[in-house]
Amino acid sequence: MCGAQAGGPDASTIKPGETTIQGSVTRDGEPVTGYVRLLDSTGEFTAEVPTSATGQFRFYAAEGTWTVRALVPGGSADRTVVAQTGGLSEVAIAV
Amino acid sequence: MSRSDVLVDADWVEAHIDDPKVVIVEVDEDTSAYDKNHIKNAVRIDWKSDLQDPVRRDFVDQEGFEKLLSAKGIGNDDTVVLYGGNNNWFASYAYWYFKLYGHDSVKLLDGGRKKWELDSRDLVDAVPTRATTTYKAKAQDTSIRAFRDDAVAAIGTQNLVDVRSPDEFSGKLLAPAHLPQEQSQRPGHIPTARNIPWSKNANDDGTFKSDDELKQLYVDEQIDLAKDTVAYCRIGERSALTWFVLHELLGVDNVKNYDGSWTEYGSLVGVPIELGAAK
Repeated sequence: MCGAQAGGPDASTIKPGETTIQGSVTRDGEPVTGYVRLLDSTGEFTAEVPTSATGQFRFYAAEGTWTVRALVPGGSADRTVVAQTGGLSEVAIAV
Repeated sequence: MSRSDVLVDADWVEAHIDDPKVVIVEVDEDTSAYDKNHIKNAVRIDWKSDLQDPVRRDFVDQEGFEKLLSAKGIGNDDTVVLYGGNNNWFASYAYWYFKLYGHDSVKLLDGGRKKWELDSRDLVDAVPTRATTTYKAKAQDTSIRAFRDDAVAAIGTQNLVDVRSPDEFSGKLLAPAHLPQEQSQRPGHIPTARNIPWSKNANDDGTFKSDDELKQLYVDEQIDLAKDTVAYCRIGERSALTWFVLHELLGVDNVKNYDGSWTEYGSLVGVPIELGAAK
């Protein structure tokens, strides 16, 4: 989408003190809308959000290693992310 | 009752999309999703403003449900097909709610909004108009609804199925990871509960697993389906999905959804709580 903001949502909108995992989903460099699932370190489903119109997503999680899985029409992709307590982890997913 | 009585796929919905006796209803956690677009001819029910009492923590009463469905143009003899985002969490909650008030013909769209979108099926923004009806609800069927005393009484005697994520069950998180971490006063789970996350019932695209896979899931987790069961989560919507699986898909008797769930139980004074991962 032309004019889409790169990366995840605006970090200033994060709830203070939350352990945050956020980012964006792209295909061929362009934002794509779909769904993003958060899986814990054992691969167990933890949460899922639809992406915004610009492919962005955000989770409030806890410290640890997580898998972020993007589902879009015709494809999916996984990324591993390590979250620190109270920190912000950005993840870019190209499908 | 068979699976096809309670669950329909997208092709079925497309074939009945203009059928005046079939009312498609979107119920989403994100209540604004409908405004963006929705399945043609679908009406919206807001799980919060339409289904909850505006003052007390409880559902709208029988009269309130009658008013709601009358205003939405839903008749007692209509077939209601529910769908929503988040793998049908809130659509399942609405399904259970429709059954609570005795609606006869209710079905879930398998995979809900997500599967529909991932299949790139048509969504529209036109809001349909339906003539108002004079809907008559039945008294609440509390054989499918558990209250806090039922949850306490179930400890060590009935199946308690905690359908939240393992991190919520263990006490690491208080709420699903896409929501702010607030709500109950204490983390943890009800003693003797088994942790069978709702997500184990569903595929990645939000469709339900096969009956055989679902039955095996509960057998493997040492749930004796001959015993009474109470399912709970945080506010009762994910456990409504598990109630749907056990009661509607697998035909298990005596399954109750505890809609007070962890936000109530985890704030009660004096009740036992366990912390830590499933044993």
